[in-house]
Amino acid sequence: MSALLQLNQVTIRFGGLTAVSEVSGTVGQGELVGLIGPNGAGKTTVFNLVTGVYQPTSGTISFAGESLGRLRPFEITRRGIARTFQNIRLFPSLSVFDNVRVAFHLHLKHDAVHAVTRGPKFFGEETTLRERTRELLSIFNLERVQDEPARSLPYGDQRRLEIVRALATGPRLLLLDEPAAGMNPAEKVDLMRLIQFIQGKFKLAILLVEHDMKVVMGVCQRIHVLEYGRKIAEGTPAEIRSNPAVIGAYLGKDS
Amino acid sequence: MLPRSQIWLLAVLGAAAVMSAVSGRLNPYWLDVAMGVGINIILAVSLNLINGFTGQFSLGHAGFMAVGAYTSAMVTTVLGSRLGLSPVLLRWGLFPVSLVAGGLLAGLAGLAVGAPSLRLKGDYLAIVTLGFGEIIKVILQNLNAVGGARGLSGIPSYTNLFWTFTVAAVTVYVVWGLLNSTYGRGFLAVADDEVAAEAMGLNTTRYKINAFVVGSFFAGAAGGLYAHLKGYISPTGFDFNKSIEIVVMVILGGMGRHLGVIVAAILLTVVQEPLRKLGDWRMILYALLLIGLMLTRPQGLFVWPLKRRNA
Repeated sequence: MSALLQLNQVTIRFGGLTAVSEVSGTVGQGELVGLIGPNGAGKTTVFNLVTGVYQPTSGTISFAGESLGRLRPFEITRRGIARTFQNIRLFPSLSVFDNVRVAFHLHLKHDAVHAVTRGPKFFGEETTLRERTRELLSIFNLERVQDEPARSLPYGDQRRLEIVRALATGPRLLLLDEPAAGMNPAEKVDLMRLIQFIQGKFKLAILLVEHDMKVVMGVCQRIHVLEYGRKIAEGTPAEIRSNPAVIGAYLGKDS
Repeated sequence: MLPRSQIWLLAVLGAAAVMSAVSGRLNPYWLDVAMGVGINIILAVSLNLINGFTGQFSLGHAGFMAVGAYTSAMVTTVLGSRLGLSPVLLRWGLFPVSLVAGGLLAGLAGLAVGAPSLRLKGDYLAIVTLGFGEIIKVILQNLNAVGGARGLSGIPSYTNLFWTFTVAAVTVYVVWGLLNSTYGRGFLAVADDEVAAEAMGLNTTRYKINAFVVGSFFAGAAGGLYAHLKGYISPTGFDFNKSIEIVVMVILGGMGRHLGVIVAAILLTVVQEPLRKLGDWRMILYALLLIGLMLTRPQGLFVWPLKRRNA
């Protein structure tokens, strides 16, 4: 079985700084993979490379057998990769409902012209989309706040809404950038359940960047470890936990 | 059965036709003011699509208006005399065609300015659009075919209440219609967070260009109405001050608000009349108004607490 996402010797330099160096790795169909490493190891940079925010200096990234080189972020999203951000980036002035609705726009058949002519087809499609938006919101128990502006939600709900919005684009791969950041232990347990629920319900692969080891070890099937932009280990949670290079990276090496 | 928005549109068009039919009995001075109101509504609402809803700060709206004004005036003066049409056909046939032509050329100018410069954000975009407005003015001043600095005179006065408010109603309808759709929510998303919008699969460049082109189109049509209302246009009439005037309407009404901006356009146009004696001092008053507004009500004067954006 070929991998869904494949990184092949990916390197990116910013001036003299090599942020990510010759990183290779895969995420399989429907797999839940963790990406960990100390601060500044290049985890978010990998996300930005996969989603097209940055272009690799060398190396290739392919998704479902197709190269993502030179594609813009929105084109990559349309191919089935959605993401959340380390610092939540919702549309703050839009309502919760509209935050999700706008992400459904990928599946629209109508465009600006139909929005102006407002024929029966336009209304039909809008009604279907509203229903799907409401459905998705209710799965995550957000329909009770659907008319509130997104900025007024409590922190945990904002995190959840960001995931819901990403799901609305209909991804095959979901990238979660530190979803547990700023959460208390109880919220983290909920989040772990949520991540597993999403993976099963929407049949998608998840790549998870996370600092919280309990979360990562608890949900991931496989883990990649970065340090100083290089991949130092890959394996199951149990293997990673006992890997001397990983322990060295986090706790410092024995001399 | 038509959607409610289109019934509204038709109702306004009907009202405009009736008003136009009896306009002979109205005070010509106030008739003039009323048409000025209509033109400013078009300008403010179309700029609101760019500056308010899509969050791109343009200071070049008067430039697009100028493109439309000159194009439309050239169509009616040059073509009008050669075609040998009856006066009725000129007013009801050639004139609307000239407005569309003015709009299209202005839209094209919007595309030409927008496509390369919309990578810029905030202040930088404002400076580029400001520069564009000045370039248009200088080109027109040096183009002898359209009268150069002397301006273009002898433009037939085809503009009436009907055409003014028809274009105004269509502008409001198109901008409102665009925004009130799943597609249109993308404009607001781009204004809120471009990076996130792009990550949700929105082609942000396309959205910004669309806003720019549609906004410029209607600015151009407004220019055509203006030219055929005044009978005389000159490059200085479309300078930076005019752009600022439109920006003030949008800010006063509340950026990204439909009704507020229309109210602001009406108010500012009517208020200008008694202020006419002040001449250029008017701009100082505008500046003070803007500073006062930013300090006390940055969200705009006519913003009501009630807002349900997914209605």
